Amino acid sequence: MIAVELFKLVRRLRTWVSVALICLLPLVVAIFIAVTHIAPAPGSGSAFLSAVLNEGQLYPAAALALVLPVFLPVAVAVVAGDSIAGEASTGTLRYLLARPVGRTKLLVAKLIAVITFAVLAVVAVTVTSYATGVLILGPSRAAAVGTAPGGLSGSIAPGAGGAPTAGLQPGGAVTSLSGTPLTTLELIERVLGAMAFITVSMLGVAAIALFLSTITDSAIGAAMGSLAALVISEILVTLNAASVVQPYLPTRYWLAWIDFFRQPIFWRDIQRGFAIQAVYVIVFLAAAWANFATRDITT
Amino acid sequence: MITTQHLTKRFGHVEAVRDVSIDVREGDRYGLLGPNGSGKSTLVRMLLGLVYATSGSISVLGEPIPRHVGRVLPEIGSVIEEPAAYPHLSGRTNLRLLDAAGPHGSRRTRRRRVDEALEQVGLAGIDRRPVRAYSLGMRQRLGLAAALVRRPRLLILDEPTNGLDPRGIRDIRDLLIGLNADGTTIFLSSHLLPEVSALCTRIGVLDSGKLVLQDQLASLQEPTGRVLVSTDDPERAVATLDGLVERRDGADLVVRSPDPAALNARLVEAGVPVRSLVVQRRSLEEIVLDVTGAGSDQFGVPA
Repeated sequence: MIAVELFKLVRRLRTWVSVALICLLPLVVAIFIAVTHIAPAPGSGSAFLSAVLNEGQLYPAAALALVLPVFLPVAVAVVAGDSIAGEASTGTLRYLLARPVGRTKLLVAKLIAVITFAVLAVVAVTVTSYATGVLILGPSRAAAVGTAPGGLSGSIAPGAGGAPTAGLQPGGAVTSLSGTPLTTLELIERVLGAMAFITVSMLGVAAIALFLSTITDSAIGAAMGSLAALVISEILVTLNAASVVQPYLPTRYWLAWIDFFRQPIFWRDIQRGFAIQAVYVIVFLAAAWANFATRDITT
Repeated sequence: MITTQHLTKRFGHVEAVRDVSIDVREGDRYGLLGPNGSGKSTLVRMLLGLVYATSGSISVLGEPIPRHVGRVLPEIGSVIEEPAAYPHLSGRTNLRLLDAAGPHGSRRTRRRRVDEALEQVGLAGIDRRPVRAYSLGMRQRLGLAAALVRRPRLLILDEPTNGLDPRGIRDIRDLLIGLNADGTTIFLSSHLLPEVSALCTRIGVLDSGKLVLQDQLASLQEPTGRVLVSTDDPERAVATLDGLVERRDGADLVVRSPDPAALNARLVEAGVPVRSLVVQRRSLEEIVLDVTGAGSDQFGVPA
């Protein structure tokens, strides 16, 4: 069944169109920055973006920061919201269940397909933006002058006189947010860590959308519902009055992946981020299962 | 093959199926009839474990439903209301995908089984065109092919000839009769009386969720004791059969007589040129309309 769901995922045009759109945004941003040479000032704008003119290899991190707040969760919510509701509205759900495919099995297969989609999107963004960074923005130019130590907003202190790093593009080492240089191996590890964290960050949205998808027969409704939950969460995260609930919001630790680029890695928020997503996945999957397993299929 | 006992399904305050006990035997071609909204589809969905009964019990192929759907459904082929398929994929890909999704669909034989099912329903020549481009009739045939891919022991078909042209309807009827002769039990629901009348051996009639009739079609259609006579000389026929003619419509007479052979002999003896002579039976339409009220899509003045 999992293979069937993956087949359906890769044979849908929508999958590739949304991945392409997600990859397109960082490309457009890179072109603007490369042409104008105007990057956001350190400490302002999207994370890492201020540094990419000097360190093209950091562009994957900047690209992930660009797609994380809106593009990626929207795409994941659409795919997850469609998973059961879409099958219900086209009528294929009843044929799958009469085949028979166990309802629990179907939910698990759908979740795995959604996770695969998130991984696919994150990997595609990373790979295309690495190429973009190196080709358009150029490799690390450690000589370029930069200021400002990295803050939580995520700018990079460039060119802190790096130790030579084997195999890196000519120019020198990428610098961590803490100002110390990162070797190529470390950079790869940290980008992989950030990719994993961002993929996991999408699971909370995916689980909410999947749950809504078992309640309604409208794929759009399920996707919009989960996005509404996200928007509320993103607003509350910035609202001081809501500080009581903030630690439990699904988007509270979304930016914690930036901590992978500190030296040493600052694990506390990363761990909390993983934990909170795990809780959301468990709670909403359980709710989805409880609802779907006992529901009358009348479409 | 299928037994339900006191099966009831309530959706909120609406009782869609009320205390229905049907019984489909091995080898039957069973037709479930009833007006729109009489509960046919809800009943079919309960048999397949899609809708859960409020009370009562279901047994299919000797196993309780929905507890053992996993064991029972692999041996059943079904068409549930309209056929459905992934519109961007070809018909063949759709069938393979559905086959791969569940148990009892050996990958080794999949290609052959899918091709055979397509051939059975008259779609052997379909190309790679997506289902989106299919006509309604082609989709209906594809849906039936999906039901046949695993050579089921029991076919549960909800309106299987919907959207087919007359030739399509006859093709499918012949196919179903052939499958039945090879041992497949067929349970179909329909509101197309001529279809059921041409295909089924046994019928059940639902009305407002209740089973109001269930019997062999042949015994429901016992001769009525009347004979339909058509003659070129109706005057002489009426004179000869003095008092036995119930109704006369031009050259056609309805004659009360339990013995058509004797009636024929009497007419011929009297020199009446008989053009045709048929034993009258109740039509399925009369039988069904007799026991059912108006369908849910009709709103008359409340009585």
